[in-house]
Amino acid sequence: MIASDQISAVTLRDVRKTFGDFTALDDVSFDIADNEFFTLLGPSGCGKTTLLRMIAGFESTSSGTIHLYGDEIAELPPNKRPVNTVFQNYALFPHMTVTQNIAFGLQMLGWSRSEVDARVREMISMVKLDAFVARKPSQLSGGQQQRVALARAMAPRPKVLLLDEPLSALDLKLRQDMRSELKRLQRETGITFVFVTHDQEEALSMSDRVAVMSAGTVQQIGSPAEVYNKPENRFVADFIGETNLLEARADKVQGDTVTCTLPDEGILLAKTNHAVVPGQAGTLSLRPERMTLLSEKPQDDCLKGHLKDMTFLGTDTQFEIQLDNTLTLNVRHQNSDGNELQIQSGQPVYIRIAPNAARFLVS
Amino acid sequence: MPRGFDIKHYRGFYTLTLLCLFILYAPLIIVMIYSFNDGRSITVWQGVSLRWYADIFVGPEAEKFKLAARNSLIIAVIAAITATSIATAASIGMIRGGNFRGKPASFALISLPIMVPEIVSAVATLIFFSAIGFKLGILSILIAHIVFCIPFAYLPIAARLQGIEASYEEAAQDLYAGRWATFRYVLMPLMWPGILSGFLLAFIISLDDFIITNFVKGAGIETLPTAIFGSVKQGIKPNIMALSTLMLLVSVLLVTLSFFVGRRQDTNPTTNTEDS
Ligand SMILES: Nc1ncnc2c1ncn2[C@@H]1O[C@H](COP(=O)(O)OP(=O)(O)OP(=O)(O)O)[C@@H](O)[C@H]1O
Ligand SMILES: [Mg+2]
Repeated sequence: MIASDQISAVTLRDVRKTFGDFTALDDVSFDIADNEFFTLLGPSGCGKTTLLRMIAGFESTSSGTIHLYGDEIAELPPNKRPVNTVFQNYALFPHMTVTQNIAFGLQMLGWSRSEVDARVREMISMVKLDAFVARKPSQLSGGQQQRVALARAMAPRPKVLLLDEPLSALDLKLRQDMRSELKRLQRETGITFVFVTHDQEEALSMSDRVAVMSAGTVQQIGSPAEVYNKPENRFVADFIGETNLLEARADKVQGDTVTCTLPDEGILLAKTNHAVVPGQAGTLSLRPERMTLLSEKPQDDCLKGHLKDMTFLGTDTQFEIQLDNTLTLNVRHQNSDGNELQIQSGQPVYIRIAPNAARFLVS
Repeated sequence: MPRGFDIKHYRGFYTLTLLCLFILYAPLIIVMIYSFNDGRSITVWQGVSLRWYADIFVGPEAEKFKLAARNSLIIAVIAAITATSIATAASIGMIRGGNFRGKPASFALISLPIMVPEIVSAVATLIFFSAIGFKLGILSILIAHIVFCIPFAYLPIAARLQGIEASYEEAAQDLYAGRWATFRYVLMPLMWPGILSGFLLAFIISLDDFIITNFVKGAGIETLPTAIFGSVKQGIKPNIMALSTLMLLVSVLLVTLSFFVGRRQDTNPTTNTEDS
């Protein structure tokens, strides 16, 4: 939940959407704060687009309410909502030039000609499209089309901007540039952004808060650091970033620290978000980059295993370690000068686990 | 067949093709050639002249043809405009209106006039008009033409609309356009090639309809096809050939235009998403 002194831009209460007997959204409730960069993150088919379309007005709710800055919007058609959308396929009007596309919303709002001209010029320089104003969408590259779609949606100064996977059609380099660009635009304009993506890296790098969704339900809402470091459940831990998931049992509980037993009777300290009782079964999430590989046995607690496989990833190398039982763990080791690891396949290695590396999850 | 099906390897293919083409087009070509004949005969060639073309406009039947041509044009223009408007509205209802009860039935009704034999339509329409006591004349022709033009206008318009993604209309609504503005500024420009193509098709179908027109026209009013038929009954003069050639020219022009307009690529709404 957001702090009480913040204005809520979008308020969803028990929002449900069914298509026939299929439930696309199952009683979703949360608040999006004014001026926030809010991201809906989840795998394909989890209902992100459906939720966005309900806020925009293209889809009705089966039950539940949606408020926009305090006003119930169920009865408002899309053209009466102070909300604009950047569509996944951009949906630029093919028969209009860049200028005409950007001016469209302003003309529909009845702005005067001089106001429209001034605003369009402002938007065009904002998204750096000055050289392309007279072109039709078919004469633009994917990245340029994306900028036009952005300018068109932001021109009428919506209270909330909805973005449905706007970067998914761009190549990796452009996508990364656009992340900081979008972030900058959001900061400068102060418009509330609701951003949809299935790319967790995108979500973590841009958002103020992220809602992680799965199969029509919200699994966790929090800052990128929260959802990454303190996942609520197995799904969130697995979906965001890479992790090792191990079955475990809680032995001792002290505040948020749990002493767990692994199937091989190994003992591990973990943190948890939940009220855990001793004896409870759960899942341990171990982030690969929070573990240290050592070729010599250290003084403190560690796990022992041997090298099974390794993959070079550029900045890191990923080691697959076979523990002394059936379990395998993935461990990341950063490639920097003086940090080279000299271990051979089959040789014994030791894994030191940082105090906050392991999370105990009950579901 | 390991080499796959290739029609060229069938014996008699070329002969058959030539025969079909000959049967289809030889009469037309003969009519076109003899329309330039300098003589009254329709079988003996007497040299090249344009006298029969002049005859259409200044000869003894000129007044009759002029009146008939005027009627034909008025009817074709009004019928095509009306049928195109109805077909446009129908296509939007059918394709964008979601699922409603009776949708398949509506589609069947729209396309029925194409499938019913024209003579049946003609008789039925005539019976209908006389049953309700409707006076036969230019208005009864017009109504009949509008009805049978609708499916011909509907097909290219619906085909075009089918290819337009609904997201353009959603984008327009998202940008504060109401229903009418969405249609006027986004949907109609995108549908335009289909609408124009439907209009031209309806126009040409109306212009050269004979059977239905002949049944419902009543006495004392002629369209070009019925006037030509009336003239031919008294013996074929080469001026009819000249008139037919002119009509053929107009038909071919309009159908070609309709074809190319329908195919036009530059405003095709599906092309700009290719690289995205
Ligand atoms: N009009 C509809 N009729 C029936 N089912 C629908 C309809 N629209 C969406 N769905 C279903 O609802 C679910 C959620 O769809 P939605 O488009 O919201 O997914 P998404 O999270 O946006 O996925 P993606 O990342 O692939 O875009 C899907 O299982 C989809 O099949
Ligand atoms: Mg989607």
